[in-house]
Amino acid sequence: MMRQVFSKPEKLVVYKNEFFNEIDNLGINSLPIIAIISFFMGAVITIQAAFGFTSPWVPLYAIGFTARDSMVLEFSPTMVSLILAGKVGSNIASEIGTMRVTEQIDALEIMGVNSKAFLIMPKVLACVLINPFLIIMSMFIGILGGLVLGVLSHVITVYKYIYGIQYQFNSFNITYALIKTVVFAFIISSVSAYHGYYTEGGALEVGRSSTKAVVYCSILILVFNFLLTKLLLA
Amino acid sequence: MLELKNINKHFGERHITKEFSCKFEQGKTNLIIGESGSGKTVLLKCMVGLTNVDSGEVLYDGQDFLKMSIKEKQHIRKEMGMLFQGGALFDSKTVEENVTFPLSMFTEMTAEEKAERANFCLSRVNLKNVNNLYPSEISGGMKKRVAIARAIANSPKYLFCDEPNSGLDPKTSILIDKLIKEITLEFNITTIVITHDMNSVMEIGDKVVFICNQQKWWEGTNENILHSDNKELGDFIYVSKFLKELRDKQS
Repeated sequence: MMRQVFSKPEKLVVYKNEFFNEIDNLGINSLPIIAIISFFMGAVITIQAAFGFTSPWVPLYAIGFTARDSMVLEFSPTMVSLILAGKVGSNIASEIGTMRVTEQIDALEIMGVNSKAFLIMPKVLACVLINPFLIIMSMFIGILGGLVLGVLSHVITVYKYIYGIQYQFNSFNITYALIKTVVFAFIISSVSAYHGYYTEGGALEVGRSSTKAVVYCSILILVFNFLLTKLLLA
Repeated sequence: MLELKNINKHFGERHITKEFSCKFEQGKTNLIIGESGSGKTVLLKCMVGLTNVDSGEVLYDGQDFLKMSIKEKQHIRKEMGMLFQGGALFDSKTVEENVTFPLSMFTEMTAEEKAERANFCLSRVNLKNVNNLYPSEISGGMKKRVAIARAIANSPKYLFCDEPNSGLDPKTSILIDKLIKEITLEFNITTIVITHDMNSVMEIGDKVVFICNQQKWWEGTNENILHSDNKELGDFIYVSKFLKELRDKQS
């Protein structure tokens, strides 16, 4: 299937338009939900860290340090990807599944269009390209959420938090997070597209394909999260 | 010209089509009729390669479609237009975008030329001022007409119609039938229509093929179908009391 998905497009300009539509549909439209979740996630990590670090031997800036590393290493790339598996994965599976059961994919085939490439390639490329930006944005908003709500909750000062997020910064953590994000983006788009494309039946089966896509994506993300962590950090 | 030779198709143990052979000529509307579930749509899908055939040949101007590579099939498919039962219009595109889609994909036309062609095709199916509407905003009959406009946009050599009248009122059905007939003559296309509507048969059936017991049971024109002494065909045509009485009066 993947060979056909990444075969030469019939008309590059049409695929380019589809690609930008998908960037908007799958990426830009996910911004609000990611921003809200990341902001509160960062805040909760900060407050939990403050709650846990009761020993006077642990410096206060460790709260900022913990919030940064938690967001960068795990929460932004993995948790946000799991959320995107629900939002984007179900969107892709149900869209392509509906096109299958209403014969729109057959119509594409009859016109001589490579339906796999036309429907799936722009989605996979859009996800792989836009998700790293979403995750970087999630990191910033999460750390900002920790700062704003941490300071408002009086668990840390602005100075200590900023010192904490700068303390022992390792740029490889960002590389690690982005590698995970790209792999997860590929899993979300390709697995969901596969389930949508091979839907058979009617509305009920489209719903089932959508559910299956989210479940398989989530499991694969968790498995690959472990494998990539073992490979890159162990 | 499109020719089918000894087409066989099974779904598991179920035989759908047995040794089906037929020739469909250019510039004629060829109708395939039969009861629901007789395998008409499967046969049509076999012709266009949407369903695999177990054995047999599908010849487009003498070339076997089934033995072609994916690239060759895609090339032949650019010469096909198909009207699906539900229209199969792209939900995310407007009426005009639907009609211009094959042009955008396979021609080097400018935006103005595509818009002009879309307007011509839409006016050909008696549709005006619907260019910017989405499929969800138009009626079932209009959807079918947009689907016809899309099917003829790229000037196809072959037009396939899967039950073009299903779900339409008699007046709109006749309008669609007439459109199919006119377009076939105007563009000299090989048209194949799957139907079980006897109005369509009488209106546009240059050639009629009746499928029964998974086989080609009868073949003729709309002029001699009413006078056929084939029992199964008679049972199919004269199913209503009104038609039976008409036949009795005629005989």
